[in-house]
Amino acid sequence: MIAGQLPALVVVVPLAAAPLVVLVRRPVAAFAIATAACAFSFFAALLLAAEVAGAGPISYALGSWPPPWGIEYRVDAFNAFVLVLVSGAATVVAPYGWRAVAAEVRRDQLYLYHATFCLCVAGLLGMAITGDAFNLFVFMEIASLASYILIALGRDRRALLAAYQYLILGTIGATFYVIGVGLLYLVTGTLNIADMAARLPAVPDLRPVLAALAFVTVGVSLKLALFPLHFWLPNAYAYAPSAVSAFLSATATKVSVYVLLRFYFGVFGLPLVVETLPMPQILLALSIVAIVSASLVALWQTDLKRLFAYSSVAQIGYITLGIGMASREGLTAAVVHLFNHGVTKGALFLLVGGVALRAGGAGFASLRGLARAMPLTALGITLAGLSLIGVPGTAGFVSKWYLVIGAIEAGRWWLAALVVATSLIAVGYVWRFVEAAYLAEPGPATPARGEASPVMLAPAWLLVAACLWFGFDTSFTVTSARRAAALLLGGAP
Amino acid sequence: MSDAGLVGAALLAPVLGAAGIALAGRSPNLREAVTLASAAALFASCAALLPRVLAGERPALALFEMLPGIALAFRVEPLGMLFALVASTLWIVTSVYAIGYMRANEEAHQTRFYACFALALAATVGLAFAANLVTLFLFYEMLTLVTWPLVTHHGDEEARAGGRVYLAYLLGTSILLLLPAIGATWAFAGTVEFAAGGILGEARLGGATLAALLALYVFGIGKAALMPAHRWLPAAMVAPAPVSALLHAVAVVKAGVFAVLKVIVYVFGVETLAGVRAADWLAPVAGFTILAASVVALRSDNLKRRLAYSTVSQLSYVVLGAALLAPLATVAAALHIAAHAFGKITLFFAAGAIATASGKTEVSQLDGVGRRMPWTMAAFAVGALSMIGLPPAAGVLSKWFLLAGAMDLGHWVAVAVIAASTTLNAAYFAPIVYRAFLRPEAAGGREHGEAPLSMRAALCASAALTLAMFFAPELPLALARALEAR
Repeated sequence: MIAGQLPALVVVVPLAAAPLVVLVRRPVAAFAIATAACAFSFFAALLLAAEVAGAGPISYALGSWPPPWGIEYRVDAFNAFVLVLVSGAATVVAPYGWRAVAAEVRRDQLYLYHATFCLCVAGLLGMAITGDAFNLFVFMEIASLASYILIALGRDRRALLAAYQYLILGTIGATFYVIGVGLLYLVTGTLNIADMAARLPAVPDLRPVLAALAFVTVGVSLKLALFPLHFWLPNAYAYAPSAVSAFLSATATKVSVYVLLRFYFGVFGLPLVVETLPMPQILLALSIVAIVSASLVALWQTDLKRLFAYSSVAQIGYITLGIGMASREGLTAAVVHLFNHGVTKGALFLLVGGVALRAGGAGFASLRGLARAMPLTALGITLAGLSLIGVPGTAGFVSKWYLVIGAIEAGRWWLAALVVATSLIAVGYVWRFVEAAYLAEPGPATPARGEASPVMLAPAWLLVAACLWFGFDTSFTVTSARRAAALLLGGAP
Repeated sequence: MSDAGLVGAALLAPVLGAAGIALAGRSPNLREAVTLASAAALFASCAALLPRVLAGERPALALFEMLPGIALAFRVEPLGMLFALVASTLWIVTSVYAIGYMRANEEAHQTRFYACFALALAATVGLAFAANLVTLFLFYEMLTLVTWPLVTHHGDEEARAGGRVYLAYLLGTSILLLLPAIGATWAFAGTVEFAAGGILGEARLGGATLAALLALYVFGIGKAALMPAHRWLPAAMVAPAPVSALLHAVAVVKAGVFAVLKVIVYVFGVETLAGVRAADWLAPVAGFTILAASVVALRSDNLKRRLAYSTVSQLSYVVLGAALLAPLATVAAALHIAAHAFGKITLFFAAGAIATASGKTEVSQLDGVGRRMPWTMAAFAVGALSMIGLPPAAGVLSKWFLLAGAMDLGHWVAVAVIAASTTLNAAYFAPIVYRAFLRPEAAGGREHGEAPLSMRAALCASAALTLAMFFAPELPLALARALEAR
């Protein structure tokens, strides 16, 4: 009985946890409720993923209204994978917040943090699971509003400005998205994504469809920080509380990538996106500029959090590069990197958060000699950094391998060369940290000897271990990604 | 023990050793005991694998599926066996030497040093036993990364600069060229497993494509130090002497030429390359590296730098042997991996011993040092003989096979290169021995004797191995021939 309701519960539980947290208010109870809700969602997502892998897509009619009239929750190989990523990241970050957020947020506001965190998780999970384009907009707004609040909770006053910046751009993005959906509704008369895809080919006038595609593309690209719509991201990640940076970098942009893929391949369809329009070429060009420019900018940052924020823009570029290849290998690379980069960046932001808390910031001055002051943290950042570079034996290598193979099999040698050349820039910025931590003498800004609290270190190292694990055993990640790619391209795996 | 168990034991011995070293960090004697024990365990596992490999078995171990169709897998074939055996033998010798060196020079961070050293050996063994290109690549990169802390051991500005060059060249070449080469192999052949006769023959690629792919491989494997990808090796000389000795004369550099040889024999296939003459360009490039590096060595006054350029030159003998694509030359290439290792490690041991005992690092300071350090300089002379290629040292063996192979082919350029290089080698090694034993010591030098006993014992042992390989070459020859026969 309860198993049949899992698609609803995975979203409803964190959604219902939010008001409950506000009612309870006591920090310990608030923390416990939020963590339990995230853990439940993770468990439910894993069950769903297992069921989908065995028995194929699940369709769940919300309130028992059959689709396309009611809202449909639809779980397939692709969004089950995204659900696991989002709920998994939430479950790892939630306990981290116990100590980290307590140090960064006023005590009487702690329950607000936990409540908004639950809302954000629910919103992102809802975006991933829903099969209804307008319902997706609603969840997008829930997740976005929650993330503006979470970012604004940052200790630095600049967090307010960053949140405001993100608020403006994020709202424009969501508005563009809903305009696109509105146009699609006008021409197809439905909001159900699968139904929309089925009716779209019969639409005689292509112009509103093209306009819809343009609006959805720009709107979602703002959310996923595709170059040149990425300006909100570095500040938001740099000034948000560490737990928030880690969670958002692992999930928020990834879910937006999912939405883009869903619309391109699940609604508009391959012929329109790839053959009629030059979307792959546009995506390739923007991705290349994103990767090269953001990596170079990252190289010159003086603050580790900002450095990793710019690196995120570049890494998102790798994901969209895979999409732009519009081939099986390319899409596999995009989907697998969505997961691998989420894990890697999550680990990095959690660890940097530990440094920032002890040193009062993550400027390079406070990183000098860090290996002696915080050996486990420094080692963790180095290992996750290797995954960022794409060294074999780490999760990042798997993504890079598929990008290179995809480029070579399409005969685009220059693209393969570009992918490997830009990972050398990543070597540059990761090694700036390694040199500072391991070779420089401790300076006045270096924190005193002592690790971050175990409650923070354990989740971070869990993700570092995941970076290594998913570099060796790829049966979960690559299999899921290949299924997703096959699903998107509409062929057999 | 089962085959897979032995392969696993060889891989795990140094990894567990590194963990033990880290745990025993507070007690130096215990820590060094762990190092020696894991070195002995590694050697024992390799020695136990040897008879099986000689009997024609190929012990294998497969672990995870890293990518669909590509497993993390190991398979011990003769060439890998030879390389692992050389590295594990010399790890024992080097550990003895390192204990003396690190203590006599009062080096800092010794726990990190020994732990990284053990990890470097783990990477070397993994690379030697790798059953496919991706596994090889994994350990190749690991070897670069775990030796970086050893290169930058002193942590000063010079070490940092050396470390940057080291990483830039090694990671730069491997990411930029080797990774696309492996990807292209996967795309062309549909497999990356090493197989007798190569895997690219089926793909029926044109000569130009094969030549380009070969170039991606040989320059992508920067550890082979083929010019112009050689600069990392002199830069790595900022490391402590045991690192230069085992890693930058044996493990790391041999990993490079080993990988080149393995790729030519087991990925391309000698016949495939010879059929379309895709490797014709490689012999002249290797020949140029042999001669040019020798000229630089001749002009270097710093002893370690001279030895480093000598290594660059000697490594290209292996590449040259592989590039000739003739059976005898391939045997020479495999033999030279072992022969050069014993000789060059002796030379680096001696250089470290001289620096420890007397503080001298330049060739021009070495007048009369042979009388103060007779054991060290006698061992040095043996190593020098091996480099030049004179009996009764090991170097003559591989040089002989190489020369025979080149003559068989009528490849007169290669013959001329070998002849010229022998002369150059004599020109930069003989004067050192001459100065040490026959020139009077400069006035005002400090009083000193030999380096500590453990260092002296180690360098005598490696010199003895250099001589032993000349008098009893059966084992390495058998392994090298097994490579050729398949």
